[in-house]
Amino acid sequence: MQVYLDNNATTMVDPLVVEAMIPFFSEMYGNPNSLHKFGTATHPALSKAIDQVYTALNASDDDDVVFTSCATESNNWVLQSVFTDHIINGDKNHIVTTEVEHPSILSTCKFLEEQGVKVTYLPVNEQGIVEAETVRGFITDKTALVSIMWASNETGMIFPIREIGEICKEKGVLFHSDAVQAVGKIRVDLQATHVDFVSMSAHKFHGPKGIGALYIKDSQALTPLLHGGEHMGGRRSGTLNVPFIVGMGKAIELATENIEITGAKIREKRDRLEDALIELSETFVVGDRWNRTPNTILISIRGVEGEGMLWDLNNGQIGASTGSACASEDLEANTVMLAIGADNELAHTGIRLSLSRFTTDEEIDYTINHFKEAVARLRNISSSFAKQQPTAGGEVQECELHHH
Amino acid sequence: MAKSDMLGESLWDAYSNKVTTLMNNPQHQGEIFEADAESRGHKLIVADFGAESCGDAVRLYWEIDPKTDKIVDSKFKSFGCGTAIASSDVMTELCIGKTVQEAVKITNIDVEMALRDDPETPAVPPQKMHCSVMAYDVIKKAAGLYMGVDAESFEEEIIVCECARVSLTTLQEVIKLNDLTTIEQITDYTKAGGFCKSCIRPGGHEQREYYLVDILRDTRKEMDEERMKAAADAGSAASFEDMTLVQQIKAIDAEIDESIRQFLVMDGGDMEVIDVKSSDEYIDVYIRYLGACNGCASSSTGTLYAIESTLKEKLSKKIRVLPI
Repeated sequence: MQVYLDNNATTMVDPLVVEAMIPFFSEMYGNPNSLHKFGTATHPALSKAIDQVYTALNASDDDDVVFTSCATESNNWVLQSVFTDHIINGDKNHIVTTEVEHPSILSTCKFLEEQGVKVTYLPVNEQGIVEAETVRGFITDKTALVSIMWASNETGMIFPIREIGEICKEKGVLFHSDAVQAVGKIRVDLQATHVDFVSMSAHKFHGPKGIGALYIKDSQALTPLLHGGEHMGGRRSGTLNVPFIVGMGKAIELATENIEITGAKIREKRDRLEDALIELSETFVVGDRWNRTPNTILISIRGVEGEGMLWDLNNGQIGASTGSACASEDLEANTVMLAIGADNELAHTGIRLSLSRFTTDEEIDYTINHFKEAVARLRNISSSFAKQQPTAGGEVQECELHHH
Repeated sequence: MAKSDMLGESLWDAYSNKVTTLMNNPQHQGEIFEADAESRGHKLIVADFGAESCGDAVRLYWEIDPKTDKIVDSKFKSFGCGTAIASSDVMTELCIGKTVQEAVKITNIDVEMALRDDPETPAVPPQKMHCSVMAYDVIKKAAGLYMGVDAESFEEEIIVCECARVSLTTLQEVIKLNDLTTIEQITDYTKAGGFCKSCIRPGGHEQREYYLVDILRDTRKEMDEERMKAAADAGSAASFEDMTLVQQIKAIDAEIDESIRQFLVMDGGDMEVIDVKSSDEYIDVYIRYLGACNGCASSSTGTLYAIESTLKEKLSKKIRVLPI
């Protein structure tokens, strides 16, 4: 048996999505901007996909949902164009974000800092989220934008987006949310929540890679990132990626039409897995499970280094992930885990398991068994559980490697 | 950056078969207890290196026969990724049967070499080299505990690159011997600077005492000085190509005075040397004709040929004479 539990990284494309996409490769391949019928033949399917996306997000007809190549593009677009529109060509100079955002936010913020923008990186609390009132405290009259993720890729923790949205509205500050880990996992209602810009990506909800979107409230101004032909009302140039837009429409419809029921089923499996794993001694799961996306577990296992654990899981045909140190060049501990106050050792032992609606009960059973075996093997090797004490003078209390 | 960088390497696929085998089945993982070692009349040494909070920790056990200083058994415990486990395993393997004094000489390169499937292919990708460095460090620590000295005392050299354990002396020698001029060449020849990159220049994630950029600059300067000094010492005895520029100009002038100028003066002309430029293939001597030579038909044919062949014969076959 092989078990894919890395659905926060990417997901399997639903076969129904593939089926919907296929006619738009070699049958209806026209350019939607063409005047002839080869081009216009794609219009009904594109209209349908647009409807599917607006419905899934409960976006108003006055809003824009612009298709992009991915959420990284959407995130870059918002940050770089708010910089152009409100900082270079305006009187603002400040952006508020969090320490735990995706690199497409953090690296772009670093880039903007080099251009002279002030950026505040808010820390998360022990639950792994930023409290709305904390955000309020950091907004000044120079703040151009608040950018805060809807849900965390690493912990699954859901941020108080509705409350933060109200604060931004009250303060008259633009609000962006990277909702890559929220759309398709939990209800995202853009009429019930005040957000100016929302980024999303199809491959996180069983759509294809290479297609995402940026929601823009009330069709408000935002300088394009990609200049060119007048595609999508001139907001984002580049020939429309017809099959992928059709695929994203189908995928978001499938992921959201019964999201409460589907979410509950995934949650049930996730909770069963989580309950079984925390039976192991000295383990620790990040965040309240009721305020988490229903598919995610970030678990620390004392004495078991993250990459070693991934190796053993991989040997058992289980795909999971770690944000922890060893595989990366700089041996940093998992920043999210450090941010939530985990000590350094736990921060090097985080394993993320993320389920999908395709995960089966048999796969959960298999994972529980194999996970426990792997922990037993690695703890047997681990120096953390060694009994013989070092010779006097041979102990190490804290990190003494030449890194940091 | 190039084509090969467009799809990053798969970390685990870069491990040797030996590494993966030992990761899955370490041969020497486990503990040796003090009471057991004592009952066999042996001394137990247990040393830790790294810590869980670093993301990597190893505990090394040596059971030593105090009569011979021989390590009769060795085991390890490791909190670390698979390569840390494999490196630790091979480290204990290398220690068994050696005396403590011999074991101290085991380097991270020995550990890494022992993990290779074939001698030409690295056992682990660059970012995993630190695992074998930990093995080196913990051995030094264990030996220090046994001998009752500070582990630092085994460090005979100044280590510039901790990741690849390259010393200052090695770097200076390699730069000189191979006439290296760039940091990339240094990394290719020694691996220094190929891993965490802290040692390349100030501003990396760790502050260092020595940086490759400074070592390269200073060594190149030293090489130039040595070259000049050698040329000056050799004086006129040196071969023309090894002379400094000033020496070359002087030698050319002397040669012209001795065997050329008199013929030009006889015809009411003269010449002067303007510049000398050396490349791998040629030494170009730029001259200017004076007096009657200037505009003389023969100055670009017969006279020029005579000047060039004299200098070629007397000084260097690489000389070309170019009138301007």
